[in-house]
Amino acid sequence: MSVEAREKRQPWILLSPALGAVTLLLLVPLIFIVVYSFWLRSAVGPDIQGFHPDNWQRALTDPFYRYILLNTLKIAAITTFFCAILGYPAAYFITRSSGNKMLLLLLLMLPFWISYIIRTMSWINILGSSGALNTFLLSIGVISSPIQMLYNEATVILGLVHFLLPFMVLNIYVSLDGIDTNLEGAATSLGATRWQAFLQVTLPLSLPGLAAGGLLCFVLGAGTYITPLVLGGPRDAMFANLVFEAIITQLNWPMGSALSLLLLLVLGALVAVYNRFLGMSQLTKGLG
Amino acid sequence: MSSVQLKNIVKRFGAFTAVEKTSLTIPDGAFTTLLGPSGCGKTTTLRMIAGLLDPTEGEIVIGGKRVNDVPIHKRNLGLVFQNYALFPHKSVAENVAFGLRYRNVSRADIARRVQDALDLVQLPDVGARYPKALSGGQQQRIALARAIVIEPDVLLLDEPLSALDANLREDMRVELKRIQARIGVTTVFVTHDQSEALAMSDEIVVMSDGRVEQVGAPEDVYNTPASEFVARFLGASNILGGQCVSHGADGAVLEVPVFGQVAVPAAKSPHLTGPGPAKLVIRAEKLLLRAAAPIDGTLTAPAIVEAVDYQGQSVRYFVRAGDETFQAINMIDGRPFAQGAQVHLALRPQDCAALPG
Ligand SMILES: Nc1ncnc2c1ncn2[C@@H]1O[C@H](COP(=O)(O)OP(=O)(O)OP(=O)(O)O)[C@@H](O)[C@H]1O
Ligand SMILES: [Mg+2]
Repeated sequence: MSVEAREKRQPWILLSPALGAVTLLLLVPLIFIVVYSFWLRSAVGPDIQGFHPDNWQRALTDPFYRYILLNTLKIAAITTFFCAILGYPAAYFITRSSGNKMLLLLLLMLPFWISYIIRTMSWINILGSSGALNTFLLSIGVISSPIQMLYNEATVILGLVHFLLPFMVLNIYVSLDGIDTNLEGAATSLGATRWQAFLQVTLPLSLPGLAAGGLLCFVLGAGTYITPLVLGGPRDAMFANLVFEAIITQLNWPMGSALSLLLLLVLGALVAVYNRFLGMSQLTKGLG
Repeated sequence: MSSVQLKNIVKRFGAFTAVEKTSLTIPDGAFTTLLGPSGCGKTTTLRMIAGLLDPTEGEIVIGGKRVNDVPIHKRNLGLVFQNYALFPHKSVAENVAFGLRYRNVSRADIARRVQDALDLVQLPDVGARYPKALSGGQQQRIALARAIVIEPDVLLLDEPLSALDANLREDMRVELKRIQARIGVTTVFVTHDQSEALAMSDEIVVMSDGRVEQVGAPEDVYNTPASEFVARFLGASNILGGQCVSHGADGAVLEVPVFGQVAVPAAKSPHLTGPGPAKLVIRAEKLLLRAAAPIDGTLTAPAIVEAVDYQGQSVRYFVRAGDETFQAINMIDGRPFAQGAQVHLALRPQDCAALPG
């Protein structure tokens, strides 16, 4: 075998375990789901096999599903926005702090050691009717009976921001950390104020990180079902809750499959658009 | 155009003192070099002049005006960084135009001045390119163009040539000096490369450990070092410890090993104040090796060649005379001496310098 041929084969040999795992654990189940989505659930007995577009037709035309889908995208967008404006200053601060960057990054990662569900539930202890905030307000006499703060869209967004903020900070941090600090010095020496230097130099150069963080927050936010389940009211369902509902509660696997694929397609399209304009490499940089 | 004055400047980082109490005047229009080994505080000093760092103590005066409280963007200085710090997301023309946009310059004037600056650095056609598409030397020139296009009062350069390879560095040295002379801007240049400093400067400020060791014209600093540090840092020197036995208006007489009594002229011993311990500084290229003992007027001593370091047009010898080892850099005249050869050292006393011991 020639050297070139061997060199060409090498990456594939090294990749094969990972490719095998991805095929087995991701691709095969995905194919099952695609097949499932064209089956039909019967009221009695096993699901009806075959090629039935009924589920898809319903998923695409039912105004309720469309409403929830749009609501999901809206909540994800608002969450991403808050993550960006809260995360950017934090990331900037970590980048420019001298010495203890690693400690700050560690503190940022610390919440990941606690289960996401527990972290989400912790808001109940803070905002619930006998939670910390109500107890405090009652004790200082600002209110006379507990106020209902939980189980609305705002708390869902709050929970999502809490969950996703570290991803945003990390992505922006990676981007900012790669920017030569002399660039801001050069800009200010040329007559720009610090703010102008930031707007002209640092911000544009960190946009890829911001975009990567944004994409990550949006996709993770739009795909969540735990946060609305724990912190949302009955009207705050997100799209993944519909999938959960269909599959776990109604045992309607075909419909659930169609819905989950629909969400996958919408988010996939978004990733494709991102990739078209910014490239995937930035995202992997932010994760690495 | 402005002079720069540092008055009792101190810079501390926590408990560490990067720059000890320093006073310095950089004359208007001159090319002044801060020279010293790595970590001696050159960059720190430059960044304080620029306004990127605040001095812990002392005053900085530019053009007669105290600037301690003037923020960097109002100081009107041209700054060139070692790594160039070009804005990677802006084209070359946008990079050069950057400073003009904050100076009420009309659009047409910006275009004209950017082109003039690019012409000056001899890169008239790269305006539309991005910094990534330029070589290191070209990026260097653009960084310079960006700094001078704003017509700064002072041009500050932090090791601007150190990232270039040797040949290009020598070209850029000449080029930089040409541009500086052409626009006549007061320039502070930081380097740890002594040949760069000697070749380019009107005045050299030799620094060590956060202190100024000597300030002077290149030939003064080279020929009449003010301290052992300067003697060793600039070029190769032999330093002999001895005694000053007499000191007067016409110079000093030093008693040293190997050569005995050496009469150093007053111009070469300005730092000696009277008899007492003293050091004799002998430049390696002033110490000549001879096959036969030289006739009078020169100091001489027999020696043995211990090592020969052939360098093309010159040879560096390590020779032993008595208990001392000397370095001698001689132009090649015929065949170089071989290792182990018996030679005679020849040295003119007026080529020596004397330091207090
Ligand atoms: N921000 C800082 N915090 C703490 N110490 C610093 C800081 N900046 C510089 N120093 C220290 O101050 C000293 C002088 O640094 P400086 O950068 O001025 O050296 P330099 O002469 O420019 O050296 P080089 O030739 O290596 O660039 C060094 O010992 C350095 O470690
Ligand atoms: Mg430096």
